[in-house]
Amino acid sequence: MTSDWKIPGTPVFGGDEARKGYALNKMCFSFNGAENRASFKADEEGYMEKYGLTPQQRAAIRSRNVLQLIEAGGNVYYLAKFAGIFGLSVQDIGAQQTGMSLAEFKHHLAAQGA
Amino acid sequence: MSQIIGGLATSHVPSIGGAIAKGLQQDPYWKPFFDAFDPVHAWLAREKPDVAVVIYNDHGLGHFLDKMPTFAVGAADSYANADEGWGIPVLPPFPGHSALSWHIIEHLVADEFDITSCQEHLVDHAFSLPMKLMYPDAGSAWPVRTVPITINSVQHPLPTALRCWKLGQSLGRALESWTGCEKIVVVATGGLSHQLDGTRAGFINKDFDQLCMQKIVDDPVALTSYSNKEIVELAGSQGVELMCWIAMRGALGGHVSKIHGTYHVPISNTGGAVMLLENRPEASAIAAE
Repeated sequence: MTSDWKIPGTPVFGGDEARKGYALNKMCFSFNGAENRASFKADEEGYMEKYGLTPQQRAAIRSRNVLQLIEAGGNVYYLAKFAGIFGLSVQDIGAQQTGMSLAEFKHHLAAQGA
Repeated sequence: MSQIIGGLATSHVPSIGGAIAKGLQQDPYWKPFFDAFDPVHAWLAREKPDVAVVIYNDHGLGHFLDKMPTFAVGAADSYANADEGWGIPVLPPFPGHSALSWHIIEHLVADEFDITSCQEHLVDHAFSLPMKLMYPDAGSAWPVRTVPITINSVQHPLPTALRCWKLGQSLGRALESWTGCEKIVVVATGGLSHQLDGTRAGFINKDFDQLCMQKIVDDPVALTSYSNKEIVELAGSQGVELMCWIAMRGALGGHVSKIHGTYHVPISNTGGAVMLLENRPEASAIAAE
């Protein structure tokens, strides 16, 4: 079971997370469509209601906090579409999750190639 | 008779699409990655493959968690790309090869791989960008017909490295038994090490990536002994995309020649890698005697 892996700092998206995060991930999957992104931006609360997000998921969406979104069952591949609404790249969300500045995070990436 | 002429593997991060759209191929950040395709272009121009079988992982465009196939095979005559939500240009549709797709599907299922066949399938950046990297000037006239094959890397349990190796071997036998006369290149996209999520986000493991690039050439079976947990530990959560490379290598013969290999850190959050292998079935036959 992936729930037993316990790799530090490394969420693993298995069956437990897939069940817990289904509504959140389904909403984020809808953000493939430009019209859906616009609908979300126009009425975030109504859009979350439409997809039946749990209170924890709604709070995580409001917070824009990736670690909270993962805790609420979010899968990073779908969360990346949510981040895309705000023009955030995977470096931006990496910096947010690690508590680094964007410049520090980019330096961290490059330093691993040395 | 058809012929598997070689294998190409490449990383596939979405920002490659942004770099192409902005003309940043010679920007210092991107140059080492894009330059890796010069020898690939020369090889493609010389060998002129007719078909590309592209093994990749979907990121939430073609498949969703409602029905998540472990292995899926495209069975259409055209595959559309589409908006994935982050603003990279949508590329023109890719021609399929449904007759070859169904031959592969028949063969894989007879070989006990319970795949999902897809008569409609949107291909995401992990398919479209490697095609654009291979054929930057193709416009909408892609010079190869394609068969997309996806491996689940989104939702655990994922198939094991060994299972992906065996899938590749079965794919190779399917392609060898195809009675058409096409020249076929097997393309793997993904990896190498990277992690997008969690407090370890940004993890890259150069030593492991370089080990994989060495083993994939001359000792690919060694890679099949890693468990998925070990691959996540060593290559990061999304480093499991290594599975696509392993499946591609399984489809080639026992012996290959490395035409080109580039490794450069970072592209986006990823250990960026490109490798071109030429198939050497005659060498395999000699070794088997």
